[in-house]
Amino acid sequence: MIGLLLRDLNLAVRAGGGFGLGLAFFLIFASLVPFGVGPETGVLRVIAPGILWLGALFACLLSLDRIFQLDWEDGSLDLLATSPLPLEGVAAIKALAHWITTGLPLVALAPVLGLLLNLPGPAFVWLVGSLAVGTPALSAIGTFGAALTVGIKRGGLLLSLLVLPLYVPTLIFGALTVARGAAGVDAMTPLAMLAGITLATLATLPFAAAAALRVNLR
Amino acid sequence: MQLVVENLACARGAAQILSGVVFSVAAGDALILRGPNGAGKTTLLRTLAGLTPPLEGHIRTAPEAIAYAGHADGLKASLTVAENLSFWARVFGADDISDAVDAFDLNDFLDRKAGELSAGQKRRLSLARLLVTRRPVWCLDEPTVSLDTANVARFAAAVQAHLAGGGSAVIATHIDLGLPGARTLDITPFVAKRIRADDPFGDEAFR
Repeated sequence: MIGLLLRDLNLAVRAGGGFGLGLAFFLIFASLVPFGVGPETGVLRVIAPGILWLGALFACLLSLDRIFQLDWEDGSLDLLATSPLPLEGVAAIKALAHWITTGLPLVALAPVLGLLLNLPGPAFVWLVGSLAVGTPALSAIGTFGAALTVGIKRGGLLLSLLVLPLYVPTLIFGALTVARGAAGVDAMTPLAMLAGITLATLATLPFAAAAALRVNLR
Repeated sequence: MQLVVENLACARGAAQILSGVVFSVAAGDALILRGPNGAGKTTLLRTLAGLTPPLEGHIRTAPEAIAYAGHADGLKASLTVAENLSFWARVFGADDISDAVDAFDLNDFLDRKAGELSAGQKRRLSLARLLVTRRPVWCLDEPTVSLDTANVARFAAAVQAHLAGGGSAVIATHIDLGLPGARTLDITPFVAKRIRADDPFGDEAFR
């Protein structure tokens, strides 16, 4: 299992691995917003929580179809499925590797972009906290979607359509946490809801992803 | 380790391909699968490997005993030869890859990226993976594709060493590997009769 995680991280950072794709998208998206909506700091302050969470969500979405597709194309997925590793474990490790290469850098970069969007001071803690708690759910849900669509050539569109509705609760509670933090009121309730969603997806979706993979490998 | 297959029916997608497949392979034996293209050799091997559940019948061997190698090499182009092999060794709980490296003569390009290898070299690396699995039953689908004569002989020697160590092998291939005592099974008699989906008389009763 550790070997699979290390291999996936290794592949992601090497040439053509796609590491930094989500990060670059997040950076471009958030820095273009002031050009699109205008530089009024009052407006930016209001929309910053939603924009940052939307950007993180789309950045995650961008790299989802790579989770299983590359392994499926070169035959590694067949070999992993016949290996001693349980497929549920493979799915969980794939989600973890996706989060480390996509979600974690977003958490680290978000405060810088918050500054760019004139996010109020007290909201920074909530921004980092909500992204750290919420992005694992994005990776877990995305891994399930990737398992459902593995084997479909250019299944990215179908994957997005499947995954986006499942992302909505995470987005609502994530953005609400930051918005309440920005308004200076207690944001613990939406953050706890977000944590609940993350824990529920982490506990159930690797099993669903493994079941979907078994069907798709037939 | 013995591989016993009883009355196996295999499907690829929604279509049944084979029915009533019966054979057994004892420890130390090899079985060569033959049949025209599309007869169902790959389907049978994927069913044996546990990737596709059988429609009927039984495979009297645990899936944990079977090492599968398909058409695709399963290599990562951006990892080196040694990294590719070590990864699979680690997955299968082995830590030594030197046997596998020697058996397929990979020493000269251990540090090269798998993506830079020729098709035959990739194939050798892919076959070397079988040795690090340490599993007793090999199910191989066209293992000699893109190998030259010398490397086919090297592969045959690896299979013989595996058989001599009490392993067994089921190999779908069109060339003569020169394995002494290997039995050949033509799967053509097991091909399931296919009924066209739009056939108005395509009823169970007319099969």
